[in-house]
Amino acid sequence: MKEIQKTFTPLVIFLTLVMTIGLTLQACAYEDDDDDDEGFSRFLPARMDFRPADDPQYREECGACHLAYPPGMLPARSWQRIMSGLEDHFGENAELDAQTARHITEYLSANAADRSHTGRAPNIARSLGVDAPLRFTETRYFLRKHHEIPPRLVVNNPDVESFSRCEACHTGAERGDYDEHQVRIPGVGRWDD
Amino acid sequence: MFKARALIPFFLLLGTTVAVADRRAVLEHYSATAENAPSAERGRMLWNKPGIRGRDCTQCHGNDLRQAGRHRRTRKPIDPMAPSVNPKRFTDLRKVEKWFHRNCKWTWGRECTAQEKADILQWLNTL
Repeated sequence: MKEIQKTFTPLVIFLTLVMTIGLTLQACAYEDDDDDDEGFSRFLPARMDFRPADDPQYREECGACHLAYPPGMLPARSWQRIMSGLEDHFGENAELDAQTARHITEYLSANAADRSHTGRAPNIARSLGVDAPLRFTETRYFLRKHHEIPPRLVVNNPDVESFSRCEACHTGAERGDYDEHQVRIPGVGRWDD
Repeated sequence: MFKARALIPFFLLLGTTVAVADRRAVLEHYSATAENAPSAERGRMLWNKPGIRGRDCTQCHGNDLRQAGRHRRTRKPIDPMAPSVNPKRFTDLRKVEKWFHRNCKWTWGRECTAQEKADILQWLNTL
């Protein structure tokens, strides 16, 4: 018995160490901010980061002026705040008739980050806690994903100008594909961090 | 032999005629409650009238209404306003009213009157 213990104790200690290091590394990977932390995206043929905006009325009314942002980018409480202030929609007037507004609010809420199980939505909902931000680009989740991008590539880039214009760099934005490997920054090209 | 292809010009003409009729109906919706008959000249002046906080129509629609405009902030293209190049323009009252409502309030800080809308439409319809 003693003999067995002598042989196995170092082995058990060794295995425990290996597992601890492994788990720590994995945890670190989740802290990292590049794309590969959310599943092994590189090895999957196609991944959906967001369920794309697929409601015809939402696409028509909101998509007329800007990218029809995937509802999964913000929680329902954020969409409700946005939809109740369309008269001053980030400085623009985007008023809708009551019936259309109600339909779009329902669609956005039903597919919001805190109600969707697709792609990044659950992680976004988790990172927000109880916050109800009006802009996805001001969330910690978004900033963590974009903090390495210098101003000259977006804000000072005349072909981009704003982080709100996802589609300027994310060539798959309309499809709900925000994988960093399909990023093409106008005047710059691919982005690899 | 009768060929379906021969009907194409006919359908094109029919499409244009329908659009013209729709545009007239939209214009009449506004001119019905306007005091004066719609005036293209007044419409042109209204279009070029400066709005509040340095805003005006050209910021998004551009200077040549036969070409596409661009939303001044999101940069999303806006289809040409001139019906001669974009026959769908001003044929759908709901759409026309939605954009008058939003854009009058944004540009001038108030809703446009039926007279103003009729004048502007009258002018745009000549382009």
